[in-house]
Amino acid sequence: MNAFAVEKKIAGWHVLVAILALVVGTLFGPLQGLEHMGINLYPALQSVGLQSYYQGLTLHGVLNALVWTTFFITGFLTLIVAKSLNRGLAFPKLSWAAFSVMVVGLLMAAVPLLLNLASVLYTMYPPLQAPWYYYLGLTLVVVGSWMSGWSMLTTWWAWRKDNKGATTPFLAFASLITMVLWQICTLGIASEILVLILPWSLGLVGGIDAQLSRTLFWFTGHPLVYFWLLPAYISWYGMMPKQAGGKLFSEQLARLAFWLFLLLSTPIGLHHQFVDPGLSAGWKYVHAVLTFAVFFPSLLTAFNVIASLENGGRARGGKGLLMWIRNLPWNEPSFTAQTLAMIIFAFGGIGGMVNASYDVNLVVHNTAWIPGHFHLTVGSGVTLTFIGVLYWLVPHLTGKKLWGAKAAIAQAWVWFVGMIIFSNGLHRLGLLDAPRRTMLGVANDNYGAADWLFPRLQVGIGGMILFVSVLLFVVVMLKTVLNKQTETVEMPVAEPLHQETIPAWLNNWQPWLVGTVVLILVAYGPILIQLISQIQFFSPGFVVWK
Amino acid sequence: MIQVHQYEKWWIGLSIAVLAVISITVGVAGFMLGVQVPVPEALVNPNTVAQSGNFSNPGVRQLAPKKYEVYVRAEANPWKFRPDKIEIPVGSTVTFYVTSADVQHGFKLEGTNINVQVLPGQVSKMTATFNQPGTYDFVCTEYCGVGHQNMFGTLTVK
Repeated sequence: MNAFAVEKKIAGWHVLVAILALVVGTLFGPLQGLEHMGINLYPALQSVGLQSYYQGLTLHGVLNALVWTTFFITGFLTLIVAKSLNRGLAFPKLSWAAFSVMVVGLLMAAVPLLLNLASVLYTMYPPLQAPWYYYLGLTLVVVGSWMSGWSMLTTWWAWRKDNKGATTPFLAFASLITMVLWQICTLGIASEILVLILPWSLGLVGGIDAQLSRTLFWFTGHPLVYFWLLPAYISWYGMMPKQAGGKLFSEQLARLAFWLFLLLSTPIGLHHQFVDPGLSAGWKYVHAVLTFAVFFPSLLTAFNVIASLENGGRARGGKGLLMWIRNLPWNEPSFTAQTLAMIIFAFGGIGGMVNASYDVNLVVHNTAWIPGHFHLTVGSGVTLTFIGVLYWLVPHLTGKKLWGAKAAIAQAWVWFVGMIIFSNGLHRLGLLDAPRRTMLGVANDNYGAADWLFPRLQVGIGGMILFVSVLLFVVVMLKTVLNKQTETVEMPVAEPLHQETIPAWLNNWQPWLVGTVVLILVAYGPILIQLISQIQFFSPGFVVWK
Repeated sequence: MIQVHQYEKWWIGLSIAVLAVISITVGVAGFMLGVQVPVPEALVNPNTVAQSGNFSNPGVRQLAPKKYEVYVRAEANPWKFRPDKIEIPVGSTVTFYVTSADVQHGFKLEGTNINVQVLPGQVSKMTATFNQPGTYDFVCTEYCGVGHQNMFGTLTVK
């Protein structure tokens, strides 16, 4: 019997749905890019059921930011928890149930999206109102992802019973932190949907409080980006050093970074609400400072991961201050895609500093700068990393040899170039006061300036280049799955550079969990008490997209 | 204790220093130099703002020489700021009060720090002084339906 056959099957099904979501979601990318260039194809697409730019934008956001990421992450982490602990899942049926719940939820949400009944964008801000089963579908996707996390946790508990006093291997450790973080932070969106939105969309209550809903949404909305990002970091820390021919520079600091993400990812959601009218300046500033604090583990990551890659470059014969970069395995698709993802992500991080900067943020808030930013982060740092992971993961799961290594490397470079052009255009438009998620082709006829024209062109051209990259990815994936050549590809696992003993405080959940809960209560408690004490059930639902 | 490479110690020190300096700088700008984000102003009933109170008769009001307030009501379907034409004299300090009669909107006035979320049930307040004559667009920055891209207005300073 093939080792980890069940886990591979579970991961394979998750990854399949993830890739379908990525590909279908990115089909809308060029349509949006072309609209920004002034070529609106949506009227021509009404015959196939696409009613508006905003329906396309909702599909793009939900499929790419929520579905692609969540399915990939739960599948990927399930596999690496099992392999890293070197034992099968304690309850594989729990993982299958999780997958089924997520798929049912996805279908429930997909129907109203495709029928233009739920064009509320992925933030679904009330009082925009979709049918109740749209919200229930999204809830099921989240609940399924929780169950997936429980399956990982129970497997770890079983492992711990048999390995008393042992340090949890890094890959499992980091995966568990990611799933626990997700479990804690999704309480915000779960309460928004279950307490406020569902009763309201079912017609049981007549109104909803927009300010409270937003605040609960962003309670989840920022740690959501760490739920996307941490699996990429897991690959950068725990796998890429091996792929680069080196070792992980400091495992201790890698573990510290993950604890800090657990601690600091949630109590910072107000930086998405710096311009909200109903929240006080003091609390906004507290969240701004905590947002700067969560940059710290990312800065730790930057040093540690680059030092690990340098270790690899030098082990492969690299010399000089920077010339070791040339010795890295640029002929390996998985390595190249992930390294380019890192480079783009660094710029996303720098732009993120602007967004976090409390009052400086007034210049960019709700402008095209923001989608420019998150296409560098989730749209590249995360997505291109996951694509890089797929270049070893799909061969690992299927036993097929990766087809077309050169095409896969080209895919990564085309993405890199396309994203720089595309994202630079959006950043520039934002600085020229262009609003985000707006039909800028039409808007520019109404307002704005002639100097929008060039960056609008960049968005369209960059978007088309990105689409070419996605097509290359699809060809590589299809040809790999159909490949007659087989190959045994192992999961890359990086060893630490030094045999480090992990001190007890880096191996003990209790203080970090207590700290996480306390920090959330301090940073959100007073705000939520204030908003709940003045709650208004005034706003009826609005359908304004037909 | 954990072992940290000397270079990494420098990197950690530098990271903390940079983050601390930015945190303090934006705080000083906000709380001492007056580059401030919106703060709670008032609660209203979005279902009646068009019928009663200051937002039922939106527009410019002069409070004192060179001192004005403007009430703006944001509406979807049709997508419109009411009023969408505002005129004030050069050198005026203007306080904007904006609310929504339906869904969420945004209000960003080009060339100023006025950038605020507009929510049903909340009043958004921002102030700016206009020393340069010219026309400034204010645009809706939050998705509010299929007409979102048509939602804007013009402030004329002369």
